[in-house]
Amino acid sequence: MYQTNYVKAASTDEAVGHMSSGGQLLAGGMTLIPTMKQRLASPETVVDLAGCGLSGIEDTGDAIRIGAMTRHVDVAESAVVQGAIPALAALAGGIGDRQVRNRGTIGGSVANNDPSACYPAAVLGLGGTVHTNKRDIAADDFFTGMFETALDEDEMITAVSFPKVAKAAYLKFPNPASRYAMVGVFVAAGGDGTRVAVTGAGSDGVFRHGGMESALDGDFSASALDGVAVDSSDLIGDIHAAPDYRAHLVREMAKRAVDAC
Amino acid sequence: MTNVNLTLNGKAVSADVPDNTLLVSFIRETMALTGTHVGCDTSQCGACVVHVNGESVKSCTMLAVAAEGAEVTTIEGIGSAESLHPMQQAFHENHGLQCGFCTPGMVMSAIELVEKNPNPSEQDVREGLEGNICRCTGYHNIVKSVQAGAQKMGG
Repeated sequence: MYQTNYVKAASTDEAVGHMSSGGQLLAGGMTLIPTMKQRLASPETVVDLAGCGLSGIEDTGDAIRIGAMTRHVDVAESAVVQGAIPALAALAGGIGDRQVRNRGTIGGSVANNDPSACYPAAVLGLGGTVHTNKRDIAADDFFTGMFETALDEDEMITAVSFPKVAKAAYLKFPNPASRYAMVGVFVAAGGDGTRVAVTGAGSDGVFRHGGMESALDGDFSASALDGVAVDSSDLIGDIHAAPDYRAHLVREMAKRAVDAC
Repeated sequence: MTNVNLTLNGKAVSADVPDNTLLVSFIRETMALTGTHVGCDTSQCGACVVHVNGESVKSCTMLAVAAEGAEVTTIEGIGSAESLHPMQQAFHENHGLQCGFCTPGMVMSAIELVEKNPNPSEQDVREGLEGNICRCTGYHNIVKSVQAGAQKMGG
């Protein structure tokens, strides 16, 4: 790892101040530290957010609000989340391994927008809201491409809200070695219709599948997805799975998610 | 350089280290406790697992400065050659290791697993040890060891 300077911010304002002078935010470090170890990142300053008071889970009535520094293990084991949106608790409990869940945070995962991460599928699938130090960003506007988000240079996530929905489920086909989603599908049915968000597959990161959403709005059953086309032309192809195999997995995981709802 | 103060195996320790020092380097090189191992450089193998404030973490994926004020427990802190921790004893009795390189991390992960779930099923153990890789045993005797260790810790 290259040399770096470590600062621990005591507040969101302080952290944002460091960002404007080139500081790299450090949440749980489950992506940033390995990236720095590989010398793929060499931030001059690392700004630890652990002291900013951004951790916690709150039931706001029609939604669950989760502070950016809340760890996966805390979401997975939260009685509030388990009661209101069990699919979200289950998703958090399936990220990485125990040690990753003991450090990794929702804010870090969502800000990184890894194309194979689980959390973006929940944010987009549930139609959540990303709260920052400057504004609230709807999920549909937040994820803008692979590792790209709508966040400005001086903007950081403070919390993420998830509306309570009638039913939801997340099914992933994990890579057997890394446990990242080769394909993961989040299906949610609520007042505004069905939402289907796919992670692990898209060349531009997480995306919604309109064809499957329409089919499920007409008939919320796994068999309704049988005739829906999944275009493989924009899907990832790598040593783990070719685009057409991923397309097959997208429909299969979606069907299993509907069955699990 | 930053002055890092933390509690290591119940003892207050302090050292000036470069900010990019990983917790595992602090433990192994600065504090000369070499029971915690480094088996990869990609944060995947789990040989470096220690407890930070009672929870298992990969010490190769945390900066030492971020552990300021924390209580850190390593494999040296849970038992001794004369008096093994019940989980270590279970690994010994059930042949839960061959080369032994992954064992410190396995034992530290297993202890947290059992603290959270005192009577884990085979499936619980296999899922709970997802972050620890062993290249010798095929895991079978490790799972057996953890379940035996759970009985010993409960008893």
